[in-house]
Amino acid sequence: MPSPTITTLLEGHRSQPHQLIEALQDVQKHYGYISEDSMRSISDELGVSLMEVYSVASFYKAFSLQPRGKNIIAVCTGTACHVRGAKMVLNQAISQIGAEPGEISKDGLFTIEHVNCLGACALGPVVTENESVHHHMDPGKLRKLIKSLKKGDKEGASHV
Amino acid sequence: MSKSKLKTIKDLAPLRNSLIKEREKLRATIVICGGTGCQASRSLAVIDEVKKQLAKHKLKKSVNVRTTGCHGFCEQGPVMVIEPDEIFYCHVSPDDAAEIVTKTIRDGEIIERLLYTDPVSGKTIKTESEIPFYLAQDRYLLAQNRQVNPCSIEDYIAIGGYSALAKTLFELPPESVVKEIVNSELRGRGGGGFPTGRKWAECREAPGDEKYVICNADEGDPGAYMDRCVLEGNPHLVLEGMMIGAWAVGARKGYVYVRNEYPLAVKHIQLAVEQARKLGILGENIFGSPFSFDVDIARGGGAFVCGESTALMASLEGKVGEPRPKDVHTVVDGLWHKPTTLNNVETWANVPSIIKNGASWFASKGAKGSKGTKILALTGHIKNTGLVEVEMGKSINDVVFGIGGGATNGKAIKAVQTGGPSGGCLPVEKFDLPVDFDALADAGSMVGSGGMVVMDESTCMVDVAKYFLTFLQDESCGKCVPCRLGIDRMLEIVTEISEGRGTSDHIELLEDLGDTMSTTSLCGLGKTAANPVLSTLRYFRDEYETHINEKKCPAGVCQALITYIIDEEKCTCCGLCKRACPHNAIAGKKKQVHSIDVDLCQKCGICMSECKFDAIQIQ
Repeated sequence: MPSPTITTLLEGHRSQPHQLIEALQDVQKHYGYISEDSMRSISDELGVSLMEVYSVASFYKAFSLQPRGKNIIAVCTGTACHVRGAKMVLNQAISQIGAEPGEISKDGLFTIEHVNCLGACALGPVVTENESVHHHMDPGKLRKLIKSLKKGDKEGASHV
Repeated sequence: MSKSKLKTIKDLAPLRNSLIKEREKLRATIVICGGTGCQASRSLAVIDEVKKQLAKHKLKKSVNVRTTGCHGFCEQGPVMVIEPDEIFYCHVSPDDAAEIVTKTIRDGEIIERLLYTDPVSGKTIKTESEIPFYLAQDRYLLAQNRQVNPCSIEDYIAIGGYSALAKTLFELPPESVVKEIVNSELRGRGGGGFPTGRKWAECREAPGDEKYVICNADEGDPGAYMDRCVLEGNPHLVLEGMMIGAWAVGARKGYVYVRNEYPLAVKHIQLAVEQARKLGILGENIFGSPFSFDVDIARGGGAFVCGESTALMASLEGKVGEPRPKDVHTVVDGLWHKPTTLNNVETWANVPSIIKNGASWFASKGAKGSKGTKILALTGHIKNTGLVEVEMGKSINDVVFGIGGGATNGKAIKAVQTGGPSGGCLPVEKFDLPVDFDALADAGSMVGSGGMVVMDESTCMVDVAKYFLTFLQDESCGKCVPCRLGIDRMLEIVTEISEGRGTSDHIELLEDLGDTMSTTSLCGLGKTAANPVLSTLRYFRDEYETHINEKKCPAGVCQALITYIIDEEKCTCCGLCKRACPHNAIAGKKKQVHSIDVDLCQKCGICMSECKFDAIQIQ
């Protein structure tokens, strides 16, 4: 039996196979990732084979098939950020958190992602922490950001 | 103000007049950029504080605060313009709000320190239009961003919005609209540069009653963000363009396929659709005409290949975003096998003004074969980064040096990368080339969606080629062999070169592979995937040769070919690099010159970026 939450999430998409991506977006937003159970529910409710659900979920970058950390640190590695040193920022994030991109940190607090372009190219290197955008980042500023987030200091993080 | 449905065309003008009258009563309008760039610089906090101060000084009713989309000058954010005098303030912080309200708004005084200082003359500049960055541009699309709050359909109507649609529905039969777009010589702004009018004409003529229009807002090119800013800053303009296109080709349904990584754009276009429905501008019998049309928003799943029209349509159908052969064009066999017209955001946004001002107005701008203006995202190693709009045909020099203000940190500019992963790198000697579709293509690059990443001498062109290949390897959908394996092999070879294992036959092999990929790949992604390599080989072959023959990276970027050392004379023994090193590769106690253990050093460069005394150098 699917959980009541997922049934509610899938309400507007039932029996509409072409709504598969939208349904996955909603599930991803709510749970932070797409579990096997979620995929089964989507398959049942939308009338799409489980194989199809899996192939779509694994094709698009927007969907994570593993649980993610409480804080998502997305490092933009678009061209403009790349030429201004985004790789250093990404390396710093990986070493600070101790987990590779896409993985979850041991304390469950962080997942790093690299995004191919966040579209804030004029302000690169850009990093988003959850929904907020941080510009002109360097390894030092990133360390401060992660430190604030570890302390649960959202206000401090917003000033980095 | 009447907010009831506009039942007939006669209802639009009175609504506009009443909106204009309401705005005329205002003493001033404080325009604050709420685009993604300025939001990152905390413009929302500025807005809140300004509103608070206006309330405190009882100016809330007579002064309007308009939160808008991007003004383009992101580097100076948060930016503020005070109308009607057009006073331009930059780098505004919430702490400045009280002074702005009391001095500038109440007493009419200028706050000198918030004005923009021209880096050339050193003088402060009072109004937006006098700033060289704006002065050198031809802003038609972007200029509207300042005039409207993207969350307000009234703002859009007040500046003449939806009048082009009204003209279309009551004065121009579909054939005439198509003719107008053909005559304007508008070409697609998303990368391909295909003549828009021809696309529309073919879709109109395609058999079938059910047709679709799609707005491609899946702007995936790294280094380009104009579509984001137009959709975020002026969503009704895009909607109006789509509606005119739908009337012309005979579609009743449209889709906006927007990147999920652009949350603000998603929000604003969703809101715009709801507002248009409420006013009866979307729905059945628009303005009392026989035309019915509605739009759905689909959020993309984050796949670069979905910028390709057939892949995007597959994605809209809820499938894996793989392209298909285009023996039959999408204008005949598109979304759900129905005739479909797909244009990107900027292309649609050009449509209303063509209808309003006429095809010849549009065709009078720009260069031969490339008409109108193009929005460019000017980024990288340059002073004035941001979005700029120029008539096509302007030289790269004018854009990079004239508008962009040249290099930062006194370094020499070496190249500009245009057109994203499908484009190429042009050396500074080619900067007299005009920014138009054909000239850049002839030079081995392309206008593409308009990204222009400026690179100075600290950039290694082999590394740039490797960067794009890594990107494309990640984004290739894997359906066709030339693209899937070709990119893999190219990346392997370029990696060998960047790590000092390159051999003399590698360059020829790269060119050969690139040639095969461009002739045999299925879609645009694969056909153009070799461009970054081929263009850097064409103009920067010496850099490849130095990597191969001398095992050196002249720019000091390729990690395997460089060593970080500490200059003993400059080291102040502060310990900053030691603490920052994630690999514990730096040794040295207090008051003892530090040293880097080359065996432990991963060459990440973090120590160098942290050192305040320039003591860490690349050998």
